[in-house]
Amino acid sequence: MFPTPIQKSAPWVRIGYKLLLPVALIAWLLPLIGVAITSVRPAGDLAAGNYFGIPSGFAGVENYSAVFANSPIGWYILNSFKVTIPTVIGAVALSCLTGFALAVYNFRANLLLFFMFVAGNFIPFQILMVPVRDMTLKAGLYDTTIGLVLFHVAFQTGFCTLFMRNFIKGLPFALIEAARVEGVSEWKIFSRIVLPLMRPAIAALSVLVFTFIWNDYFWATVLVQGQHAMPVTAGLYSLNGQWVAAWHLVSAGSIIAALPPVLMFFLMQRHFIAGLTLGATKG
Amino acid sequence: MPLAPARPQTFWSRHKRSLTPWLFLAPGLVMFLLYVLIPIVQSVWISFHDWDGLGEKVWIGIENYVELLDDDTFYVSLKNNVLWLLLYLLAIPGGLAVALFLNQTVFGIRLYKSLFFFPFVISQVVVGLMFTWFYAPDFGLFSALIEWLTGEQVAILADERFVTYGIIVAGLWPQTAYCMILYLTGLNNINPEQVEAARMDGAKGLKLLWHVILPQLAPASFIALVVTVIGSLRSFDLVSIMTAGGPYGSSQVLSYFMYEQALSEYGFRMGYGAAIAVVLFLIMMVFITVFIVRMLSQERNG
Repeated sequence: MFPTPIQKSAPWVRIGYKLLLPVALIAWLLPLIGVAITSVRPAGDLAAGNYFGIPSGFAGVENYSAVFANSPIGWYILNSFKVTIPTVIGAVALSCLTGFALAVYNFRANLLLFFMFVAGNFIPFQILMVPVRDMTLKAGLYDTTIGLVLFHVAFQTGFCTLFMRNFIKGLPFALIEAARVEGVSEWKIFSRIVLPLMRPAIAALSVLVFTFIWNDYFWATVLVQGQHAMPVTAGLYSLNGQWVAAWHLVSAGSIIAALPPVLMFFLMQRHFIAGLTLGATKG
Repeated sequence: MPLAPARPQTFWSRHKRSLTPWLFLAPGLVMFLLYVLIPIVQSVWISFHDWDGLGEKVWIGIENYVELLDDDTFYVSLKNNVLWLLLYLLAIPGGLAVALFLNQTVFGIRLYKSLFFFPFVISQVVVGLMFTWFYAPDFGLFSALIEWLTGEQVAILADERFVTYGIIVAGLWPQTAYCMILYLTGLNNINPEQVEAARMDGAKGLKLLWHVILPQLAPASFIALVVTVIGSLRSFDLVSIMTAGGPYGSSQVLSYFMYEQALSEYGFRMGYGAAIAVVLFLIMMVFITVFIVRMLSQERNG
């Protein structure tokens, strides 16, 4: 193990380490802690210049209910769910199929297609912006959540295919061979044998895609204009423009917008990290 | 196949083997073609036109690119993109350092690791708003810190000299967390026997890290490099939220410059925007090609 386990060090090092941990954490999360505290700070504190000191009281209930009552943030959150959930389902479903095809069959274009999906995943969004916006407009899907979902599904399929293909490659191939000998159809091999084994990969991808899409800001500003389809990232930014200097409201709004992916991360932590670190262990 | 009822079975059975993968690929491939591959070609095509997004496209050859060569903002954006790229790389050693710090087994360490990872999970919009507020002159915590250190008050996001650095620091925060998690996973998979053997030989500290640990962490470093380089060139959200490219265009980057030109409030310049996007795309393709070539050789060897 590297570095040397702290248990082998002198007692003062051990104590020092345990004291340093919370201090380092607080320093690291200082921006977040500042925002969390401000979100429960009474408005009067800000007017009095008490931005980072001890709050004079707890105004969490007032601030958060003010955000929900005086702004469409509830609606924005709903829109984010309307974009995120169908995207997760669509991208995971499509990539189960493409991943299976690229992992199980040997055909000439296999590697070419695989690396096309991988490369697609790295390109800058800006090269897609003008044509995708134009296409979405012409299809009558501009300013709708469906327009966003369709794009996100297509784009995420690149990353998800990379993931699924590598995951299926790691499954025992003998299972598939045996089924073929038995005369099981290819579709049934996929749906009855491989798909049930893919559960951990599906879980990992779902959390990851959920976070990526929830946090998307670029496409939310390119493909959406009005409030009725705006996700919470773009919505928060426009609210920030309205709440000039009302930092307690901006903070409460930020916490609200950040909460769903944070919860998702905490609930599905192991899957999340497994997804993110794919490839970081073996070369 | 039902189109030719006379010999559907023979056709299907003869080509079953070669057609099956394509049937599995079809839905994903169609979406990917429609929303990713074809738009790339279209963007290149549009970049040779003058187009407001509504009327007819007017062919103007390479005029957009010629104009770009004469555009000061383009050079500012390029310079800032290089700055982003170089400084963003600090996330890799930074992430390694945090991972080494946290790679212990003490009570509650799992919770510490997840809390350290937090910045990556929250939206860059939220990160941008947080840092804007921390940088605010008069009351922002960071600006107070800087005033205490230098004795001078600096409005970081309003000062052409510091604005890009200020935004990059905000970006480094989640990116370091990302690299940290990659390295934590890598450290988890290190071969303990090799480490012990090296320790027996008297290697320790930095020497051990450099000669024994880092080579074993190479896969993690590679992924960290890929996501950091791509992330730095994709920087859009933070620039848009924190400064919108200002003051006076001094914090522009290609991704935001493109967006601003294409959807400018003074009239849409889709052709010019597309030309900027093509330049950014070509720059990124250099990196993507390097990454893909390496991944391909791993694929062939593995």
